[in-house]
Amino acid sequence: MAIDQIIVIIVGVGLSVLVAWYFWFSEKKAVKIQSSDTGLQEAVIKVKGGYTPDVLIFEAGKPIKLNFIREETAACSEDVIFPDLGKKASLTAFKTVPVELQIDEPGEYNFQCGMGMLHGKLIIE
Amino acid sequence: MTKDPVCGMNVVSPSQFFVEKDGEKYEFCSDSCKTKFIEEPEKYLTQPEEEQTATYSINSKGKEKIDIPIVGIHCSSCIPTIESEIKKLPGINFTSVNIATEKAHIEFNNSEVKAVDIISAIKKAGYQAGQATLKLGIVGMHDASSISQIEGGLQKTSGVLNASVDLVSGTAIVKYIPGVVDLNKIKNEIRKLGYDTFDTSGVKTDKLKDSKTGGEEVDENQVAREKEYKTLMQKFIFAAVLALPVVFFSYPTVWNLPAQFQRGTETLQLIWIAMSILSLPVMFWSGSQFYTGAWAAIRNRSANMNTLVSTGITAAWLYSAVATYFPSVFPSAELADQFFDVIFVVVALVILGMALEIRAKGKSSEAIKKLMGLQAKTALVLRDGKEIDIPIEEVVLDDIVIVRPGEKIPVDGVIVDGSSSIDESMITGESIPVEKDIDDEVIGSTINKTGSFKFKATKVGKDTTLSQIIQLVEQAQSSKAPIQKIVDKISGFFAPGVIIIALLTFVVWYVFGPAPSLVYALITFVTVLVIACPCALGIATPISLMVGVGKGAENGILIRSGDALETAQKLDTIVLDKTGTVTEGKPSLTDVITANNFTEDDVLLLSASVEKSSEHPLAEAIVNGAKDKSLELKDAHNFNAIPGHGVDAEIDGRNVLLGNIKMMKKYKIDLGLLEEKSTRLADEGKTPMFVAIDKKAAGIIAVADLVKEDSVESIIQLKKLGLEVVMITGDNVRTAKAIAKQVGVDRVMAEILPQDKALNVQKLQNEGKIVAMVGDGLNDAPALAQADIGLAIGTGTDVAIEASDITLINGSLKGVVLAIQLSKATMKNIKQNLFGAFFYNGLGIPIAAGLFYPFFGLLLSPLLAGAAMAFSSVTVVTNANRLRKFKPKI
Repeated sequence: MAIDQIIVIIVGVGLSVLVAWYFWFSEKKAVKIQSSDTGLQEAVIKVKGGYTPDVLIFEAGKPIKLNFIREETAACSEDVIFPDLGKKASLTAFKTVPVELQIDEPGEYNFQCGMGMLHGKLIIE
Repeated sequence: MTKDPVCGMNVVSPSQFFVEKDGEKYEFCSDSCKTKFIEEPEKYLTQPEEEQTATYSINSKGKEKIDIPIVGIHCSSCIPTIESEIKKLPGINFTSVNIATEKAHIEFNNSEVKAVDIISAIKKAGYQAGQATLKLGIVGMHDASSISQIEGGLQKTSGVLNASVDLVSGTAIVKYIPGVVDLNKIKNEIRKLGYDTFDTSGVKTDKLKDSKTGGEEVDENQVAREKEYKTLMQKFIFAAVLALPVVFFSYPTVWNLPAQFQRGTETLQLIWIAMSILSLPVMFWSGSQFYTGAWAAIRNRSANMNTLVSTGITAAWLYSAVATYFPSVFPSAELADQFFDVIFVVVALVILGMALEIRAKGKSSEAIKKLMGLQAKTALVLRDGKEIDIPIEEVVLDDIVIVRPGEKIPVDGVIVDGSSSIDESMITGESIPVEKDIDDEVIGSTINKTGSFKFKATKVGKDTTLSQIIQLVEQAQSSKAPIQKIVDKISGFFAPGVIIIALLTFVVWYVFGPAPSLVYALITFVTVLVIACPCALGIATPISLMVGVGKGAENGILIRSGDALETAQKLDTIVLDKTGTVTEGKPSLTDVITANNFTEDDVLLLSASVEKSSEHPLAEAIVNGAKDKSLELKDAHNFNAIPGHGVDAEIDGRNVLLGNIKMMKKYKIDLGLLEEKSTRLADEGKTPMFVAIDKKAAGIIAVADLVKEDSVESIIQLKKLGLEVVMITGDNVRTAKAIAKQVGVDRVMAEILPQDKALNVQKLQNEGKIVAMVGDGLNDAPALAQADIGLAIGTGTDVAIEASDITLINGSLKGVVLAIQLSKATMKNIKQNLFGAFFYNGLGIPIAAGLFYPFFGLLLSPLLAGAAMAFSSVTVVTNANRLRKFKPKI
């Protein structure tokens, strides 16, 4: 086996491992949302090719307000869906669209775009 | 509805907050009102009724009462938050937030605090107070003093929160609380100040701007989608036009170009340089969303279609650029080839696919847009004896609304005057107009055909049937069919998986592939990235669900979730409640049999006159039967009801006996052949009653709960769908069997107490069957909940029946057939889509990777891969849109 082939194998397999680690196994950063004096937990989520932040931590039993700002016109992210909560909102591009929730049961609640390509998660503690 | 004696608000009875006192039941809107009442009940009971009913009033002491609608109260725990925030303000005497009506009732001193402060307090608590913004044109303003005059005048008006006047444009923007003050009051106020007004852009309510009823938001999305489509088409055309010459010069041997255009010539070298420059705007303008999307996704540690496409075209560009500018880098000249054509073609095709997808998706959500568009914009309301035209958001409960022929009914209500025939097809799916009279319910957004009438508004805002339907449909469309869960698992791994496959493909081709192995490795790498289509996979289920649920709503069928839809097509047994489902649910007159030379009219007239004063449903049927024949009823005297037998009365001096066989035997009436006839009627499921006039047998009157017109046909259809049809009823076996025979049901469960219906559904489930139960949402609620699928027959305007999985707005059994047919069609569509997407990716990726090359010499061009990828998701959306053409087979 030629030296270049060995290099290609090492680099290729290495990149594959890197991709797998980066997308699947690396720890995602969660953002903890503090509640205001009135108990409202408010967060701004930027929608552009994904949700930023995409993992949010909330306290159970207190009202939650997620302000989605969709900074793109790609149709994929037009709808945001909370399948576990039966909620859906249409995000108008470049506008703030609030989604109000109240989750009493601690656990993880996913949200996603209409096609299920973009994902986010609410962690209720 | 009952009134809260403490705050005077309307409370839905029975309320969970109540107190029993002196044999009376007092109900409250909230716990705080209840507590106040318990502390000093006399204070609230002695107050004059007049003051309690006022929703808004000013008295001389500067005290003011106000009801402010609040948006987005979901839980009782929010109430203290809002109340405490309001109480922090000075001059607040009383505050109470009602979760059911979503209103805050506040009593305050208007010299210390203003309504606008209260609104900001509510906002501070994290809630939106329902306020409306109005833009009015004002004529006759000349100088700046007009501004302060109008602003000051309006701000003094109760219910107006803020007014700002612009002299240049001649307009005023007024923020106000609907219900406390309205458009006309504001106009009047301005007129009083000496200015004229005209409408500009109309009324826009903040409260209704959320997705439930606001038409605006939807339109905005539609506009955005149109704009996106146009931009994409421009990007496509740009890339496509450039792609033509690029493809032309990329394959000089294929087109047999002259020698100067062949590999290695200087002309071609220049052309390559031109291509490398031209490809930049194609990548970074036409294909800009691939890069921005990929970058954003990578930062979120996720990957999607953008990641794949951008990686693919970037790799192609880098390789081609090196081949163009530094061909000597490659060990052999053969390797120094360019793939700019891949960039142009892939970008053009994928962009075209995205544009077509946007178009098709717009159609998929048409159903809900249609529903939203049904909403009327204004209502003609009778207030203080005057007819005024107001925006629909300002219609409040108990308003008297006037509807003229051809007009849309604005909100839900009950007719109080007049009658008409109403086209309810947009809500119930039933195309034949319905006759409506006083006391009949009307549904908002349906169309009044013939007569004029007035009705009392019983449901407004987001409580109307239409709003509830929209909400249910949106909920269902956002729910997940269980089948989707597998897809979700896969789609999380999909895009990164494809990148890994592409990398490994490169390695394998480089190491084991034929010469020039680097070129093969690159081509297969790019092809794998380009052909994979995560979008087709991700969109397969939700898009069909959206179309299917929307189609249901168009036909008066509300499917509550993807779960319900998926289960509905797996059913094998369907249980029908008899009364109200198979039959009309109320008895009507069926037979009049005479004897001893009495005429039919005589028998009917006299028995109806006897029954006139009785309130029994059977009596009502006889009276209605007589009225249908235009018989004038007479007054009965010496009316005497004999329990368990019948009635005895005198009419025009004639003695009339009406009752069962025991009654006839008691008076020793000779029935002759009538007895036999009565047995026959009873066998047909009817209830016969003997009539004797002057102690002589006169005939039989029979009433029965008639089978609905389309029940027979629907049951045949249900059987054709392969379902076992079971009828369940509390009636006796004989009547039940008679009805079952009429409609063709084989299995009957009779004499079942209402509370045992759920148990019997469970018995069927224990037989291993997947059972659907069809019944009304009230009495049958436990059985509906027990069944795998509960189908509730709609009861007028109440469509959000909790226990049901599917609600049929139109009370016919046809809806059941339709619901099952539709779920079958939708699930089939979803499966086609999923199969298509899996098959496409499952076959496309290995082919692209060159897996078949060693066996068949089959290798895919990246150009073809781009085309396939672009059209795979369009195909999925188009297939889902086929469902829009779904026609019930009845």
